[in-house]
Amino acid sequence: MNINVQYKIYFKENIVSRAILYLFDYTANIHEQRGSRMEMDLTFDDISDMLKEIGYKDVKELFEKILPKSIMYNDTPKIPMVPEKKIRNHILNKLRKDRFFNPEKIYLGGGVWPTYIPSIVSYIISRTEFLTSYTPYQAEISQGTMQALYEYQSIMAELLDMDVVNSSMYDWASAAGEALLMSYRIKKKPMVLVSPHIAANRKKVIETYLWGAGVELDTLSTDEEGNIDIKNMNKKLNDGVSGVYIEYPNSLGYIYENLDEVIQKIHEYGALVILGVDPVTLPIIKPPGELDADIAVGEGQPLGLPMSFGGPLLGIFAVRGDMILIRNMPGRIIGLTRDIEGNRAFAMILQTREQHIRREKATSNICTNEALSAIASAIYLSLLGKDGLLKLSTRLLVNAHKLREKLLELGFEDRYALPFIREFSLKVDKPIKTSQLIQELADRDILFGRVEDDSHVISINEYHDEESFDELMNILGEIL
Amino acid sequence: MRRYRQAKWDEPIIFDLGHLDETIDEKIIEITSKYVPNKYVRKKLAIPDIPKTRTIRHFMRLTQMNYAVDLGLYPLGSCTMKYNPKFVEYILAQLPLSNLHPLQPSETIQGFLSILYEFKKYLCDLTGMDAFTLQPAAGAHGEYVGVLIIKKYHEVNGNSFKDEIIVPDSAHGTNPASAKMGGFKIVEIPSDKHGLVDIEALKSAISKYTAGMMLTNPNTLGLFEKNVLEISRIIHEVDGLLYYDGANLNAIIGWARPGDMGFDIVHVNLHKTLGTPHGGGGPGSGPVGVKNFLKEYLPIPYLDHKGGEYILREDLKYTIGKVHGYYGNIGVILRAYMYLISVGGDRLKKISAKAVVNSNYMLKKMVKIKGVELPYDPNMPRMHEFVVSLKKLKNDTGVTTRDVAKKLLDYGLHPPTIYFPLIVEEAMMFEPTESASKEEIDEYITIFNKIIEDAYRNPSTVKNSPNNTSVKRIDEAYGSRPKTMAPTYRWLKKRA
Repeated sequence: MNINVQYKIYFKENIVSRAILYLFDYTANIHEQRGSRMEMDLTFDDISDMLKEIGYKDVKELFEKILPKSIMYNDTPKIPMVPEKKIRNHILNKLRKDRFFNPEKIYLGGGVWPTYIPSIVSYIISRTEFLTSYTPYQAEISQGTMQALYEYQSIMAELLDMDVVNSSMYDWASAAGEALLMSYRIKKKPMVLVSPHIAANRKKVIETYLWGAGVELDTLSTDEEGNIDIKNMNKKLNDGVSGVYIEYPNSLGYIYENLDEVIQKIHEYGALVILGVDPVTLPIIKPPGELDADIAVGEGQPLGLPMSFGGPLLGIFAVRGDMILIRNMPGRIIGLTRDIEGNRAFAMILQTREQHIRREKATSNICTNEALSAIASAIYLSLLGKDGLLKLSTRLLVNAHKLREKLLELGFEDRYALPFIREFSLKVDKPIKTSQLIQELADRDILFGRVEDDSHVISINEYHDEESFDELMNILGEIL
Repeated sequence: MRRYRQAKWDEPIIFDLGHLDETIDEKIIEITSKYVPNKYVRKKLAIPDIPKTRTIRHFMRLTQMNYAVDLGLYPLGSCTMKYNPKFVEYILAQLPLSNLHPLQPSETIQGFLSILYEFKKYLCDLTGMDAFTLQPAAGAHGEYVGVLIIKKYHEVNGNSFKDEIIVPDSAHGTNPASAKMGGFKIVEIPSDKHGLVDIEALKSAISKYTAGMMLTNPNTLGLFEKNVLEISRIIHEVDGLLYYDGANLNAIIGWARPGDMGFDIVHVNLHKTLGTPHGGGGPGSGPVGVKNFLKEYLPIPYLDHKGGEYILREDLKYTIGKVHGYYGNIGVILRAYMYLISVGGDRLKKISAKAVVNSNYMLKKMVKIKGVELPYDPNMPRMHEFVVSLKKLKNDTGVTTRDVAKKLLDYGLHPPTIYFPLIVEEAMMFEPTESASKEEIDEYITIFNKIIEDAYRNPSTVKNSPNNTSVKRIDEAYGSRPKTMAPTYRWLKKRA
């Protein structure tokens, strides 16, 4: 806007002080735009020499040569510029009225969990050498990214007890969808099954992926104890099924006691077994490999990534060491190889599965993945080591059982009497509605367990301790 | 001439650094057994315990054996390796996002949602679309959403028989792969002698079975598809939908909008166009925009603004469902938002202009080099990227595109995308982006020229490269053969 006009308006309204402030603001802006302290200015250096060299008097002439008149956009994008030094406050201002909960008062989980991230993890993945590099298409100059990803794959393989892990999928949900599609690619039976008690968001993603490919989906049922109803499952398997996806622990937090039998049956019928896991539970419970799973998927976020309102996450995808399974995997795999002098080196391997080589015959369309998340998780897992991981999961296990007992005393009831690790489900035997309870706790700064199957699924994270439980108990005592 | 040598640490695989004892302590097993039936209790875990300082040094050493945008020109065509501003990273780290759970009630985060909503509005303005979803986590994920919208649209309109998607032969590999995942057959059409969609071939490829077409504009040759309105007419005539692959949107941003070119659906690669870091392969973000008539098909939850409140709507009438567990790669989206407002609409046009000028300047210098040929129309300027062929060099000297690429590494320069698009023999696809300065481009050209001269004089010096990287030329096939492959450490140990 013309500064004089603006000034006159202010002056006319006799708001001289504001006019003066505006003038200050205006000059400051000019200064800022011309100044060199602004980072994005590096993009705007002089291009007149280059224009001359390529034979155009200005950029407009160049674009007019390329773009048909009928398409040319003659307006300016309506995006207001905020001076760089004001952006931080610009955003914080918008967040001013928002409520950010303390992790020790969050009992939400189900796919994304509050996690303490050692600063070392954040520091190393902020290093520009990792942060601003591309997919390691030029292997010789990108050994750093590749070795880190290889180590992610290798440590994750141990945690899962699976032989091959890819270098990441978008998230757990899409990895589960891709796993079921993969089972269909291999077995070619147009029906797949999922276990009962899969988080609603993941189920929705699975449904979408299967609908796209034209594969039918059916859901297994539970028996009274909350286990998988095997009789019912056998009937469904009998009709021909490519794969069965089961969450372990399931979305209520429980481990199906008959899981071993279920897996055996699925294999007898020739279908593939896909387990969906929370990796933080795995140090202490039988991993997918030992349970004979063919494919394992899961969410890597609790291994060193912030929750960030649900993204970026880290989709884990692993298979048993069977060449048919490996060749049908989606996503990038980093492998060990050698250079021409026989030295150890890393490279992207088995690329003939991928879209940039195979186009429509590829096993998936995935290209950009969550590589940096995978590196974060490799660092996290290396820092914790076996001892740290065992301490972490044992702590969650013990705390979860402690809290459950306290809540039972308050009148909550188990949804099922099944084993669990860090999440469990309780019904409230009180007139208060689940949604009202959640609301009242939120008003007192606590994010209580989400509702599934008419029960609260309560999730324990490593920030929780006696103190946080006591506080929860006190507040619940007041409400109930 | 610059002399370069990358760090070479000979760093062991992490498993070989620490103490590896896979047995789990009896005490731990005892605790677990209290709560978990014995048959589900774990007894072994083969993850090493490494001293912390050694772990840090390990990963720091790995960072030194890498290449990055901040180290030098990274002109990978179609990948858009532009500068990633640092202030964005610093501010992001100061925002309270670590503990923002995606299931936190939306009433408690109205301000946060308002940022996402504002960002969607900007994307609409930049692309000429009416509604956006932020859910797709990458460009290909966005394509997948687009393909599913096409599928659902035809289903809803009683045209489920439409099962063909048209893709040009110059398209990114993700296009046909995404269409296939959505259950479509792929009809590939050739490029004409100008490197553009062959309109006659397109006309003969369409039929009542045509569900839609996926198009990148400018295309992967860096050429603008100037007949795009005609293409749009042809596709819409048979009730098909036109999909815009946004991988190259950075070439035209502020100068032209997919929405004005007849596209119905578009995705935007925030990690390309809006300057977020690539992280060694991800995370990215691929929001999808549609015209009004397709709004009800977008994934749920859909972020909307009604009655003064930001809400996450689940009630879109024809929604394709969900493709991501939550709302997409929010961390990446916030970076792109900061990039966008720090530049502002005005200067956005300058960014795309500089990207295009840089590319044409580099091209002009490049074609003067012996053995380098420019396929397709020599008089038409390219946009943000260009493709040359080293076929002549190969015929003259036996030195291939791959050899030249590897020799570039010896000077600490990253090569362009090679052997893509598939329609150009011995292809090299350059995208200097707006972040390159004239001096950097000149230096790149000087070194490139020297490599070509060496190739003519003494081809073996180029063929036997690289020598200054942390490893020598890699044998990729070795790592992929069943007998010699080792995709994980445990595989390696089993093999040994």
